[in-house]
Amino acid sequence: MESKLNLDRGLIEKARNSAKNIAEDVQKFIDKHTTVTVERTIARLLGIDGVDDIDKPLPNVVVDNIKEGGGLSRGAAYWIGNGVVNTGKTPQEIAEAVSTGEIDLTKLPATDEEKIKEEINKLALDMVNRIKKNREVREDFIKNVGEGKKPYLYVIVATGNIYEDVLQAEAAARQGADIIAVIRSTAQSLLDYVPYGPTTEGFGGTYATQENFRIMRKAMDKVGEEVGRYIRVCNYCSGLCMPEIAAMGAIERLDVMLNDALYGILFRDINMQRTFVDQYFSRVINGYAGIIINTGEDNYLTTADAVEEAHTVLASQFINEQFALKAGIPEEQMGLGHAFEMNPDIENGFLWELAQAQMAREIFPKAPLKYMPPTKFMTGNIFKGHIQDALFNAVSIMTGQGIQLLGMLTEAIHTPLLQDRALSIENAKYIFNNMRNLGDEIEFKEGGIIQQRAQEVLKKGADMLEEIEKEGLFNIIQEGKFAGVRRSFTGGKGLEGVTVKDEKYFNPFIDLMLGGER
Amino acid sequence: MAVEKIDLTKVKPYGDTMNDGIVQLSFTLPVPPGAEAEEAARRLALKMGLEEPSVVHAEDLGVGYTMFIVYGKCLHTIDYTKIQVPKVDVDVMDKYEVENFIKENIGRDVVIVGACTGTDAHTVGIDAIMNMKGYNGHYGLERYKGIKAYNLGSQVPNEELVVKAIELEADAILVSQVVTQKDVHIPNLSQLVELIEAEGIRDKVLLVCGGPRISHELAKELGYDAGFGKETYAENVASFIVTELAHREAKHRK
Repeated sequence: MESKLNLDRGLIEKARNSAKNIAEDVQKFIDKHTTVTVERTIARLLGIDGVDDIDKPLPNVVVDNIKEGGGLSRGAAYWIGNGVVNTGKTPQEIAEAVSTGEIDLTKLPATDEEKIKEEINKLALDMVNRIKKNREVREDFIKNVGEGKKPYLYVIVATGNIYEDVLQAEAAARQGADIIAVIRSTAQSLLDYVPYGPTTEGFGGTYATQENFRIMRKAMDKVGEEVGRYIRVCNYCSGLCMPEIAAMGAIERLDVMLNDALYGILFRDINMQRTFVDQYFSRVINGYAGIIINTGEDNYLTTADAVEEAHTVLASQFINEQFALKAGIPEEQMGLGHAFEMNPDIENGFLWELAQAQMAREIFPKAPLKYMPPTKFMTGNIFKGHIQDALFNAVSIMTGQGIQLLGMLTEAIHTPLLQDRALSIENAKYIFNNMRNLGDEIEFKEGGIIQQRAQEVLKKGADMLEEIEKEGLFNIIQEGKFAGVRRSFTGGKGLEGVTVKDEKYFNPFIDLMLGGER
Repeated sequence: MAVEKIDLTKVKPYGDTMNDGIVQLSFTLPVPPGAEAEEAARRLALKMGLEEPSVVHAEDLGVGYTMFIVYGKCLHTIDYTKIQVPKVDVDVMDKYEVENFIKENIGRDVVIVGACTGTDAHTVGIDAIMNMKGYNGHYGLERYKGIKAYNLGSQVPNEELVVKAIELEADAILVSQVVTQKDVHIPNLSQLVELIEAEGIRDKVLLVCGGPRISHELAKELGYDAGFGKETYAENVASFIVTELAHREAKHRK
């Protein structure tokens, strides 16, 4: 791609290299550790599902049993495999027996390790093939029925009731939406388990459950056939159960997942050791399942200033890119995030937003960049809000963004009404169609406001990455260099679920998903 | 013809002529688009007290529902002279005036602890009031000389907030509630008041809540000293706290 911004290639290279070293440093830590949710994910991928008589998910029952028996560091695959070899039962039957107290996994006699691995690999391969099949179903649907043009129109549904969400999602799809995100209930991110079954309640959204995924997937396939476009379904792979949600999404053929390496640490006060380990396995699964991840850099700008802190967004994008590559996610599945969040009173603010969006485009040329709408400076003046969203849409189509999270004129008032969503889809369709190739027709003035702004942000982003490379990511977060939020290495939620792996630990899915044929 | 005089005892909407009563509204009906739908929208507007309603636009929302844009002339009037709205009763000072006020009338640091409590994860409000940077050019409390501001962040349990307030000997507690769907904020705000009363520190601390759907009236009903809604900046909150604090300390000395 011809650079319109005259960006320094050497500087981009240097920044990317710093980020690579930063991620490698953290990856050494990740490779030595596992967590309760990583192990519950393995249990799920081996076919364990359902709840016990007090509604505790069976993956939790199994992993708690292993943890209480002091066996967490050897991993769920080992103990479940040992159970299979001992009893001849399936993992699901074993989980049910654990829940009734019939089996205590760490007390069963140790069997031959090769035999355990053989049994587990058989089961793991079945699941990996099932996920691979889902990917093919998606690809076939897109080939045979079609899909929307980029930027994909991404809208949220947030009624709190999955069945009402379906109605709103069907309406949105018919109006022109390409991606439907079901907002989760406030605070699900802090639950150390995944709720079970269809849910019809929640605050500001409803729970991410496997059944809810299934319900929305089925409805969107149906409406997709009708409108002649594959409708992508999105959920939130964040919080204390990142990899479990990834597994559920892979099994139910979700297409997009919010999945950031730093978000939980900074904005949900989840322990950093926990999040780094969890995000890795969640991304391995997302990568293999063909799921587009969306990173959360836009959140930096809702707390920090969009002008002064633009470089932290870029630095985080570089870091997210490197973590994603480590987990086998190709660039085409990296929905790196950024946002249109400057104060609308700034003179030439539109030019600066344009510069930053174009910069992200040029630095991450293959990524389906996820562009977030104005939120911080939206007010009760819905008429002005609709225009703010129009400018946001104009920047997006001029700079070739990949995923457009549509702004709502009522952003500052309530979760979207049916009609709010229709108006915002109409807004985006109008602008995207009417200005489709404007970006191809313009070049930016050499040394002008736009070029200078992009060059400045790149320079500051590269400097920041150099500093992080020197000090280490753990230290930088402890010092509050991202979004002005300080988090300690041993603080936050979920640390008790982190443990060092022992020499017999194994996770069959890492090899199958990273190494295998795609 | 002269412009009609405004009668404040009988106020009605103004479109482009005094007392024309013109109102614009938009809504959705769960019926498919068509002549019947538009007639339904028109009749609904009549029932709302709009004369000569005119459905200027109808849009198919895709699930057998239709959105309308309607204009009409409002029949009703309001007696503006009879209206009384409870408000936080304080002269708003700017940052420097607040800082001077603390120096002259309080003579020590004012400790303010804030949080976004319960399940609410949206810190945009508490950050706008407390963080150094503030919002829209209005510096936050952290930047005020004479104020020690502690922003505990999001999803803070009420219990934790109270413990922190006692530990820091807070003069004021600020609670932000942004998510108000299904009135989730009401029990949460009430529980904080109960906790503080149970700890026996209710008279030692100013209790203030804020958020886009919070009014002073609601705050008073729930047992708070003040409530701040939209378009509130740090100086509004600071002015209330320092004025009330000085007032209370003066009373205490008497």
